[in-house]
Amino acid sequence: MIRPVVSSLLLIACAATAHAAPELVIVNFGGANGAAQRKAFYEPFERTSGAKVVAVEYNGEQARVKAMVEARKVTWDVVEVESPDLSRGCDEGLYERVDWSKLGGKAAYLPAAVHDCGVGAFMWSTVMAYDTSRFPGGGPKTWADFWDVKRFPGKRGLRKGARYALEFALLADGVKPADVYKVLATRDGADRAFRRLTELAPHLQWWEAGAQPVQWLVANDVAITSAYNGRIDAARREGRPLAVVWAGSLYDFDYWAVPKGSPNRDLALRYIATAGVPDHQAAFARLMPYGPTVPQAVARIDAETLKHLPSTPANMTDALKFDARFWADQGEVLEKRFAAWAAR
Amino acid sequence: MTPPAVDAPTLARAVRRERRRRTAGGLLLVAPLLVFLGLTLLLPIGTLLARAVHDPQVATALPATAQALDAWDRVAPLPDAARVALQRDLLAATDDARIGGVARRLNGDVPGARSLVMGTWRALHHDPAAAGFDPTAPRAAALEAFDARWADPAVWIAIARNAAAFNPDDLLAAVDLRRDAQGGIARVPADESAFGRILARTLGVSAAVTALCLLLGYPLAWWISTLPPQRAALAMIAVLLPFWTSVLVRAAAWVVLLQREGLVNQALIAAGVIAEPLALIFNRTGVVISMTHVLLPFMVLPLLAAMRAVPPTLMRAAVSLGSPPLQAFVRVWMPQTRAGVAAGVLLVFILALGYYVTPALLGGADDQMLSYYVARYANVEIDWGMACALAVVLLAATLVLYTLYRRVARDTVLGA
Repeated sequence: MIRPVVSSLLLIACAATAHAAPELVIVNFGGANGAAQRKAFYEPFERTSGAKVVAVEYNGEQARVKAMVEARKVTWDVVEVESPDLSRGCDEGLYERVDWSKLGGKAAYLPAAVHDCGVGAFMWSTVMAYDTSRFPGGGPKTWADFWDVKRFPGKRGLRKGARYALEFALLADGVKPADVYKVLATRDGADRAFRRLTELAPHLQWWEAGAQPVQWLVANDVAITSAYNGRIDAARREGRPLAVVWAGSLYDFDYWAVPKGSPNRDLALRYIATAGVPDHQAAFARLMPYGPTVPQAVARIDAETLKHLPSTPANMTDALKFDARFWADQGEVLEKRFAAWAAR
Repeated sequence: MTPPAVDAPTLARAVRRERRRRTAGGLLLVAPLLVFLGLTLLLPIGTLLARAVHDPQVATALPATAQALDAWDRVAPLPDAARVALQRDLLAATDDARIGGVARRLNGDVPGARSLVMGTWRALHHDPAAAGFDPTAPRAAALEAFDARWADPAVWIAIARNAAAFNPDDLLAAVDLRRDAQGGIARVPADESAFGRILARTLGVSAAVTALCLLLGYPLAWWISTLPPQRAALAMIAVLLPFWTSVLVRAAAWVVLLQREGLVNQALIAAGVIAEPLALIFNRTGVVISMTHVLLPFMVLPLLAAMRAVPPTLMRAAVSLGSPPLQAFVRVWMPQTRAGVAAGVLLVFILALGYYVTPALLGGADDQMLSYYVARYANVEIDWGMACALAVVLLAATLVLYTLYRRVARDTVLGA
């Protein structure tokens, strides 16, 4: 809450001391991720283009973008967007269509990083994580273990809401990763997932912000939790004995998108091209363990860093791709049902 | 002795003119305030009420379809004219923002309608021939041939229902009701109805917090009112200090205190009171504790104001007339503070109704208040109609309670 205020104040301060260099306002999710973006992407872009990057933090609220676009007063030039919001925003005309010819064509990117209205920024994952010191005889390996409170006693953390929780519940119920969305689309499948959640409900602690599950693990508040892999890695680098389970992880991409009507469209596209340079993507992965979106970057990343990326083949064997299209269609109903389930 | 120069009607006129002049002057003086209230209070609330029932997206984006569906009774087979009209409307809509709004609206009624509408719109605009469409002379059968989901009457019923610019669907949904295919009002199935229980929970948590605030605040305010001025000022700072601290900071502080291995649990275990740590946070307990902490100053301040106005001589008089001190306190002193109690209770309860940051950070999935869902629909789902409808429900509930309260308060407090 304070950070956006500070950054908008900075924005005003920068505007007041207006100088000749063009400015590009880039909106990210802040934290360690935002800092890594500055080092890996913004600074090289400032050097090559002579433009100045003003970073603004937000929490994914598309209402801000919608209000700007509808009022035709767009002050954000590039926004880091999650995939369901990108699909929806693209349908509803919040984002410019990408001119791929200016980015060296679609072939330079992973197929999943290509979208009508967005360019993949990096790949991240929601993983199962636990404190190794708590399970000396070996930790949980699957979501079925996550549900097994006898073998692995202690509270469980999951993200508040239907997204992710329902997928993990079906994986715990023995559904193969490839079939999860097929099953969840049926009435029976959704019932099955909610039944599983009901079973675990007394042990569940729901998190809202990405920092919470890590803090809970460290404070011994939960024994096992779902968490963003980057957050776990940051804690591990500080010497915490945290482990990540890649089997059954749910990966997705964040995208760069340009709000419709941005006055700096061309500069924005030049920035996105810079962020797609393999060397810069490799530098980003070293700072933040999120996977690159251009295949050429992989060869430039060292083996130790690769071990912790969600995009590394060994980590992807039993992983599941988050299906933004499924959630665009079923999201309203399932989230409503989740609210009803939680209120029961 | 009447002044001869002025007759009665002239005098009356002069008085009336003078009165009007004063009224006009007064109005002019409060005009800035009225304008301010109109702009910052009445206009937003009016817009909110309107948004809850007014959604012209489908009507403006699909005018021909709306007309073609007007005559359809929703039971008979769908007229082919509607299928043709929809293709014409989608072809005419070059602005994707418009169709996106329609897709979102329909998806709320029929899951999957978003991809159906957007997919058809894209096919019609990008490569109609490949998808089996003929833009110059649309064929009725082409829709179902492109995507079998167009054969589902539910999609068409959703279009027909939303074709009216004014419709009560969001408001109905906010109170767990919906319109069925024939337009009758029915309850939503139990596994989808949430808002009734969430509203009850919001009122319940607010009432619990208000009661706790009164329980803690009354003795505290009484104690402060008996202190000499300097020490009273010191005590007031202690009460107000949390009031000046950010809500987020206070929430974080409660996490440190109440978590599983937090200070409270550690102290209790060390003292041998409990063997296993208590679950004090991420449940209702944590929400009520922290909200009580946040709202306590709003109870103490009006109570203190009322208590300071009670003449201390009253108690002395009661005791000197033979009343035992406790009875004098209860029967003479406490009734004098009723107005303060009434103000504090109202203030705390109404503020508590709108809380969502504290429950979001310190509560579980089943501790979220109605305003959490207002924020969720406004910011995350970007369904402003639904956000407004829920806000209207909260506003209405608050007004009803306020009216009831005024009636009760007039009878007991002002009548006393």
